[in-house]
Amino acid sequence: MAAQGRIVWVSGPAVRADGMSEAKMYETVTVGDSKLVGEVIRLTGDVAFIQVYESTSGLKPGEPVVGTGNPLSVLLGPGIIGQLYDGIQRPLRELSKASGSFIGRGITTTPVDMTKKYHFVPTVSNGDQVEAGNIIGTVQETDLIDHSIMVPPDHKGGIISNMVSEGDYDLESVLATTEKDGETIELKMYHKWPVRKPRPYKSRYDPTVPLLTGQRVIDTFFPIAKGGTGSIPGAFGTGKTVTLHQIAKWANSQVVVYIGCGERGNEMTEVLVEFPHLKDPRSGKPLMDRTVLVANTSNMPVAAREASIYTGVTIAEYYRDMGKDVVLVADSTSRWAEALREMSGRLEEMPAEEGYPSYLASRLAEFYERAGRVRAAGSPDRDGSVTLIGAVSPSGGDFTEPVTTHTMRFIKTFWALDAKLAYSRHYPSINWMNSYSGYLGDIAKWWGENISEDWFELRSQVYGVLQREDTLKEIVRLLGPEALPDEEKLILEVARMVKIGLLQQNSFDDVDTFCSPEKQFKLMKLLVDFYKKGQQAIKEGTALADIRAMSSITLILKARMDIKDDEMPKIDQLENQMNEEFKSLSGVKVSN
Amino acid sequence: MTVEGGVQYSKIAEIKGPLVVVDDVDNAAFDELVEVETKDGERRLGKVLEVGNGKAIVQVFEGTSGLSISATNAKFVGKVMEMPVSKEVLGRVFDGLGRPKDGLPDPIADKFIDINGEPMNPEQREYPKDFIQTGVSVIDGMITLVRGQKLPIFSGSGMSHNLLAAQIARQASVVGTNDDFAVVFAAIGVQYSEAEYFRRSLEESGALKRSVLFLNTADDPAIERIITPRVALTVAEYLAFELGMHVLVILTDMTNYAEALREISAAREEVPGRKGYPGYLYTDLSTIYERAGKLNGKKGSVTQVPILSMPSDDITHPIPDLTGYITEGQIVLGRDLFRQGVYPPVNILMSLSRLMKDGIGEGSTRADHGEISNQVYDAYSRAQEVRALAGIVGKAGLTEIDLKYMDVGDVFEKEFLTQATDENRTIEETLAILWKIVSKLPKNEITKIKDKYIDQYYKGE
Repeated sequence: MAAQGRIVWVSGPAVRADGMSEAKMYETVTVGDSKLVGEVIRLTGDVAFIQVYESTSGLKPGEPVVGTGNPLSVLLGPGIIGQLYDGIQRPLRELSKASGSFIGRGITTTPVDMTKKYHFVPTVSNGDQVEAGNIIGTVQETDLIDHSIMVPPDHKGGIISNMVSEGDYDLESVLATTEKDGETIELKMYHKWPVRKPRPYKSRYDPTVPLLTGQRVIDTFFPIAKGGTGSIPGAFGTGKTVTLHQIAKWANSQVVVYIGCGERGNEMTEVLVEFPHLKDPRSGKPLMDRTVLVANTSNMPVAAREASIYTGVTIAEYYRDMGKDVVLVADSTSRWAEALREMSGRLEEMPAEEGYPSYLASRLAEFYERAGRVRAAGSPDRDGSVTLIGAVSPSGGDFTEPVTTHTMRFIKTFWALDAKLAYSRHYPSINWMNSYSGYLGDIAKWWGENISEDWFELRSQVYGVLQREDTLKEIVRLLGPEALPDEEKLILEVARMVKIGLLQQNSFDDVDTFCSPEKQFKLMKLLVDFYKKGQQAIKEGTALADIRAMSSITLILKARMDIKDDEMPKIDQLENQMNEEFKSLSGVKVSN
Repeated sequence: MTVEGGVQYSKIAEIKGPLVVVDDVDNAAFDELVEVETKDGERRLGKVLEVGNGKAIVQVFEGTSGLSISATNAKFVGKVMEMPVSKEVLGRVFDGLGRPKDGLPDPIADKFIDINGEPMNPEQREYPKDFIQTGVSVIDGMITLVRGQKLPIFSGSGMSHNLLAAQIARQASVVGTNDDFAVVFAAIGVQYSEAEYFRRSLEESGALKRSVLFLNTADDPAIERIITPRVALTVAEYLAFELGMHVLVILTDMTNYAEALREISAAREEVPGRKGYPGYLYTDLSTIYERAGKLNGKKGSVTQVPILSMPSDDITHPIPDLTGYITEGQIVLGRDLFRQGVYPPVNILMSLSRLMKDGIGEGSTRADHGEISNQVYDAYSRAQEVRALAGIVGKAGLTEIDLKYMDVGDVFEKEFLTQATDENRTIEETLAILWKIVSKLPKNEITKIKDKYIDQYYKGE
């Protein structure tokens, strides 16, 4: 039944084979004598067009092509967390055992260790009726991840029998069987799922809970919701990767899937070296215990880069189905789009803008639609979410290029990185005038209920200062700052303080790298109070120069680094000090 | 580059640009090395770009000029292109395809290595963090280079990138170690005088016997440039990961490489991406730049300093743009500074070293290094704003603090940036100048440095 054909043509990652009339679209095949992994992407008569996930150097016409009968799938079960996979879920650690420091070809491995034993605790008994998505038991995958063993989503349901008792089992052990209409199906700790097919769920919710990242410009100004979508475009050197690393480190999700899609090898190494030593600020456990990495670096085969996004999102959906909040970070979707473009070119398809295929927009839409906060299929009831965050690398930093413009149609949070800010070392270089968040209204409620009722009002005031500064800057550019009255100069001064003391964040500083919501709020409030007191002081005749000379300004600007999350009273003390200083400025009477 | 053992002869069907189409091919492989032989016995090398249905499209590195359909044969060699390597390559000069150019015989090969290399397994990489002291203040202080990094110089025509690259090659050292180092230099379509400048510079500093040179000069075949960086990196990887040496690779000029790639793409009638460059330019460049790095359990390292000239000084041009997305930072030379006679004319605001944060600080340079350099970046950026403002409203319209920033800009350019081509500053000297710059500012302007360092090093007010 499996197709058996011969190669007739080779050009880079693209191969044509004849004798393939049995092959199905998107079926995986093995290509050539060295058994490279490939996928059928077009069928014409008995000729199959195959994209090969490994280097085709040395491949010859005449070599065999054999179908596997299965679409490109990932193996889902305990053991995924902490792994570093390539684009088609081959563990890179295992590959290095086979081929050393460099990646060889035609190596087959299993995505997880099938012989490792996990302590399985059943949650259903013989005679129970189960359906697709039901949890039949749990295992502890890592310190942070309790892993639910679920009936596969394509299972027809049935009555449980032969349920094993609590104990240690490996992945191939049969944990139970189901009976239905005389058919017996074995349930194991793992199942497989095709990567290009979204996993089913019961229903979808509106994203209203913020994903807290500990990054002030994100959480306070342009928040993203759990189950939401966001995009971070920027020219090189604007800090895309650092920002994504920060989100992967500090986001309050239970699982993080980090896809290095056509990016630098050393960046994946950095995550691998750093994450096991970093502690999750909420549980105190190593971050690696909740992280999965998918790495298809820029010099690895281009077709596997195309697949890596789907591999990652399918793993994310699997953990979502257990009722977990998952963040998926893809760096960079532009390289994925380039992989599409390259294969499209080899297929000799008619190109749309800049050589990208006409289906670029629909592929992007399909990908971002896999985000969402959902009620998972099966029982017991559980809610999980997949938040999708994609970096975009626009050529020349030009946001009008196809990948950026199409992405903007399908996402709701847009963090526009700005080369000018990066050049002046304002990091994260998220431009506050060009960025937006479509979740702000919903998320404001959470801040109001959990942090302070004033949150939305204060945020609007701070944002107002930044907007005023933006228009005043034009005047300054033409006439110099001395042309402005003191009230407007104060706005410039406060805007400078907001930029240094609130928007900027040093991800390499031990304290500043993560900022709790409470600290974010207090810093913001401090700046708003400074602004109000300053306005009042100027109205009462104080010179701006005297305000600028206040010694508490430097302390306010350094508070983000000097005051730790568990030292909030220090911010209150700083506020008192600031108030005292305002009082002592001549002609000012502060009422409180 | 040697070729041995012929396998198969075939007839040429078509010749277009750098490509020949070979007919009646029944046993050729993708990427296979091809020897094209003319009637009078001249042999040229090429490789298979596409094979199938009895035809092979072959790219001829030395160009197709003088080839004829009737009198040319193609021989499929039965293997991909390989570079013979051994310790004896040190001190030698090769052409752009890896054949001896110094009149000496082929080096005795220890092994033959596929010039395309294989991708390093990210899991097996060692994160680069050994500070390289180049003795150039602006690099050591603000754009720190580390072992295993790829840090290109973005330049423009006529600017002093060669002086800078040669100075780095002469002076680069890791303080406190005595490791074996080597320089691999690949000239890709540059003028003969530029290549000769490098050779002489290495010779005068006594580094030539630790160097390997690959020269494809402007008058050599353009298509050969596709191969030059690859043979150079193959040798570099061998020296680093088999012989345990720390190798600095200088590739100049990557713009010529990209142009050769565009020529092939156009001849194949591929759908172009931006400015006529192929859509896979990013992927192709990454197969060169990603060959820098360090590996777990191996002693050596490959550090790359590619040089590229930005057409019309435009950093958004596809070549610098895509390079910047792959490399770990960039050193950008500024036309304004160059015109003012500043050497090295590095525009620090546009420059960046992504691996700096791990290469500096306590234990490698000094604990205050990161913060002082951040503060100087910030101050120099303010200085540029103030200068722009002064151009409009005049110095009289500036505030007192603005004037201090003007002063910062001048000291930065005259005392920190400017240095002689043979001046080798220690990191301590470099940091001392940085503190001198910051000390021009009042303390309350210093927001990026912890008080303990200010107390220790600040000399202002």
